[in-house]
Amino acid sequence: MSEDAAPNGASLEADLYVRRGSFALTMRFGVAAGEVVAILGPNGAGKSTALRALAGLLPLHRGHVRLDGAVLDDAAAGVRLPPERRPVGLVFQDYLLFPHLSARENVAFGLRARGVGRAAAGARADVALAGVGLADVGDRKPRQLSGGEAQRVALARVLVTEPRLVLLDEPLAALDAGSRLQVRADLRRQLAGFGGATVLVTHDALDAFVLADRLVVLEEGAVVQAGTPTEVARRPRTDYVARLVGLNLYRGVAHGTSVTLDTGAVVASAHHATGRVLVAFPPAAVTVHREQPHGSARNAWPVTVVRQEQHADTVRVWLTGPLDVAADLTPLSVGELRLEPGAEVWAAVKAMETMVYPS
Amino acid sequence: MSREPERSAGLPAALVPLAGLALAFLLLPVLGLVVRAPWRSMPEVLSRPDVADALRLSLLCASLASVVCVVLGVPLAWLLARATFRGRSLLRALVTVPLVLPPVVGGVALFTALGRTGIVGRWLDQWFGITLPFTTAGVVVAEAFVAMPFLVISVEGALRGVDRRFEDAAATLGATRWYTFRRVTLPIVAPGVVAGAVLSWARALGEFGATITFAGNFPGTTRTMPVEVYLALQRDPAAAIALSLVLLVVSVGVLAVLRERWLGSRV
Repeated sequence: MSEDAAPNGASLEADLYVRRGSFALTMRFGVAAGEVVAILGPNGAGKSTALRALAGLLPLHRGHVRLDGAVLDDAAAGVRLPPERRPVGLVFQDYLLFPHLSARENVAFGLRARGVGRAAAGARADVALAGVGLADVGDRKPRQLSGGEAQRVALARVLVTEPRLVLLDEPLAALDAGSRLQVRADLRRQLAGFGGATVLVTHDALDAFVLADRLVVLEEGAVVQAGTPTEVARRPRTDYVARLVGLNLYRGVAHGTSVTLDTGAVVASAHHATGRVLVAFPPAAVTVHREQPHGSARNAWPVTVVRQEQHADTVRVWLTGPLDVAADLTPLSVGELRLEPGAEVWAAVKAMETMVYPS
Repeated sequence: MSREPERSAGLPAALVPLAGLALAFLLLPVLGLVVRAPWRSMPEVLSRPDVADALRLSLLCASLASVVCVVLGVPLAWLLARATFRGRSLLRALVTVPLVLPPVVGGVALFTALGRTGIVGRWLDQWFGITLPFTTAGVVVAEAFVAMPFLVISVEGALRGVDRRFEDAAATLGATRWYTFRRVTLPIVAPGVVAGAVLSWARALGEFGATITFAGNFPGTTRTMPVEVYLALQRDPAAAIALSLVLLVVSVGVLAVLRERWLGSRV
């Protein structure tokens, strides 16, 4: 399925196999010019390993990396272009601005390293800083920059070298919640203006959905799902993705409009299907009742309240029974239903609300 | 930089008098120099041409020795900090040998290596006509020999403290390893290099044993201040105290200036 993720005319074509100790990363994907692909996954999934391999900081054990047709890595042929000769820029999670250089000198660094004169590099650095909305911080040292400013300087430092591939490692993770929203919006705009391929790594679903055109979900060193944010959010394939997008997810076997889950519970759906399937429905679609509800095409299971968690104006209640279900209820209904842990109730979902898709 | 809050509650009381004794032991001799200094004859002692020569020679040789230490010691520190090869820990131990070697032994050792008939000195003499013993260059060599470990240890520690991802960042920005070393690594470890250079300069300035053994005691070319002090002590103790005071003022003064300027915020 990950192979499907490579669009035609991809700018970046990567087939990565990297071993680090007992950990192995296997990943195959492509990114078109102008496209932003997010690698989404939990900690330790191998996301940063993938970025370091693309940047040339880690060798491939097998596979290849091609960018605009040029070979950057080809393990079989023994080709490995060193990082400094790749048209690839990497924005590190903590930015790694050089502490002894001013913001302007940081941005000019890549140009100076390529032999551009001091004055010309400084002038281009000023333009690049203005391009990220930081025309007036050129003389400041990194320690005098806010987190959001440092993030933008780091991006300008990469973009000024005119890379064909930009890699972003957890671009927003080092920021506080307050500046995150603004920086995320700015980053989206800046990436939209960049003509090359972009790969960003994140464990934050919101960052991925806002910034990326396509997602590649990585778990334990392997691609478990790939697609547009909408596809991934509607049809999660693993428990990790289901949790990220806030859906209840189950595996089972479909016979017509009925699905027998692996746990033994039966879910009625409105769609015909056969064979191994995944079943998903949102917690907001779950209703909770003191008595067994009746009605057509409605699923109802006797369940026990496990725990609950207060969100802004809803309460998420975890229930267990023939299947584990999360339900989003209003505080009022939690009170009316007296949903303490251990309470025995009924959970119901309309067949119309369930999504069934092949696994 | 956050500091640990001051805490004296957990200090064992028995340590306080011992610490006080140590402090007195370290400071009393310095105090003795100041108290016993022949302040009246000071101008006369200092205006003697051999003293001026010795001071000038000491400052010159110590400075040249520090330059040698930096130029050769930084690459060695880099090798010890970064390269991975068999026997690296043994090499690190060997580098510190001049620290524990009695300086006189160091002087004799330099003879066997760089003396006119030494294992390397022989060829220096035959091929290039270079003779190191009993020359000003020999003073620099002897001082650099005993002082370099200070620089290597200081710079190696600084290099180990550098986040190596800065070098990764430089590489992804298109910098070669050499460019990265010059423009990223070296500036980041600059405080360590300066601290090491200052330490090695101070060590070189005070060098006596290896210098007198390897370079001898020729006025104007190899008679440095410590040698001058030693000689004066036998003839004229008051002059020795005066010269010692000069050496003390010069070394403490230079250390204070450098510390203020380079290390002020860090130490």
